Amino acid sequence: MAECPVCGAEFKLVDGAEKGEIITCNDCGSELEVTGKDSVQEAPQEEEDWGE
Amino acid sequence: MRVGLIHSIIRKEEKLLLDEFRSRPGVEVATIDDREIVFNLHKNNYSFDVVIERCVNHSRAVHAIKVFEDFGIPTVNTYQVAKICGSKFLTTQAIIKAGIRTPRCYLAFTPESALAAMDELGYPCVIKPNTGSWGRLLSKINDRDAAEAILEHKEVLGSYHHSIFYIQEYMEKRGKDIRSFVVGANCICAIYRHSEHWITNTARGGRASNCPVTGELHDISVRAAQAVGGGVVAIDVFETPEGLSINEVNYTMEFRNSIDTTGVNIPAKVVDYVLKVGKR
Ligand SMILES: Nc1ncnc2c1ncn2[C@@H]1O[C@H](COP(=O)(O)OP(=O)(O)O)[C@@H](O)[C@H]1O
Ligand SMILES: [Mg+2]
Ligand SMILES: [Zn+2]
Repeated sequence: MAECPVCGAEFKLVDGAEKGEIITCNDCGSELEVTGKDSVQEAPQEEEDWGE
Repeated sequence: MRVGLIHSIIRKEEKLLLDEFRSRPGVEVATIDDREIVFNLHKNNYSFDVVIERCVNHSRAVHAIKVFEDFGIPTVNTYQVAKICGSKFLTTQAIIKAGIRTPRCYLAFTPESALAAMDELGYPCVIKPNTGSWGRLLSKINDRDAAEAILEHKEVLGSYHHSIFYIQEYMEKRGKDIRSFVVGANCICAIYRHSEHWITNTARGGRASNCPVTGELHDISVRAAQAVGGGVVAIDVFETPEGLSINEVNYTMEFRNSIDTTGVNIPAKVVDYVLKVGKR
């Protein structure tokens, strides 16, 4: 189980979740980044040179 | 074939590209997180046949591409393309040089000269950060009072790269503009981006609908792509009474909203192109 670092909610990552992928916590809506099979961290903040 | 994909966060686009690479026989794709990279500039420790750049940070993207390119590894896109497209000024220069229609544009270095440029362009006009995306920090300046206010704020509150003033004529686009996708020598598809707001970026809520690729759109899109060095790019185009006009070119294109809309498998076309570059 992964744990949301913002609200503490526990959830299972979907199969095929990619390291670095951005997901949203179902409980609190925070943007999270997948860091491993069962771990997430808060997604990085947008910076001025972000874009396409 | 060994493909490297540089990224930081994995957006929908990177996921689709990774899935596509992994579905191809004989292709091995490795992901490189730009937050973990340490380049030893004296020694190439990479054995990729080709590297595709998908960083969300422009500054990391251009630096990483340059390193790979100097190690002799082909990259999509090239350093030249990334450098030009990362600067609205360099992009406009390349477009003007290639003789392609583009909104009238002025460059100035001080608030006073920027004001003079705006007076000459007329109001409304648009001022943009030279490097930026997703419609952030663009200002539509409706009159001289607004111009003075924006310029003063930029001078006092802006970081140093807000002291290069890139100023464009405002284009009346009646609720939509065009985003076309170019891969190699082809414009593979295009969307209209509709918005009630003058900023139509889909990242800012613009709605996508299919835009047929006419001869004119194909031609100007490919010429604009070639003007910045070619490769895989997405182009912002305005419709004007005189014909199509190029606003800007993006080199790490986002396309999640354009696959179903156009019916074109954009990641497959991108992967085809990357593998072709890797075979050269
Ligand atoms: N000169 C202009 N006249 C009218 N609309 C503009 C002009 N410049 C930009 N826009 C609107 O703002 C959007 C974003 O501008 P753009 O130059 O593409 O910057 P970004 O790199 O942030 O996407 C455009 O897609 C368009 O809808
Ligand atoms: Mg744009
Ligand atoms: Zn949460």
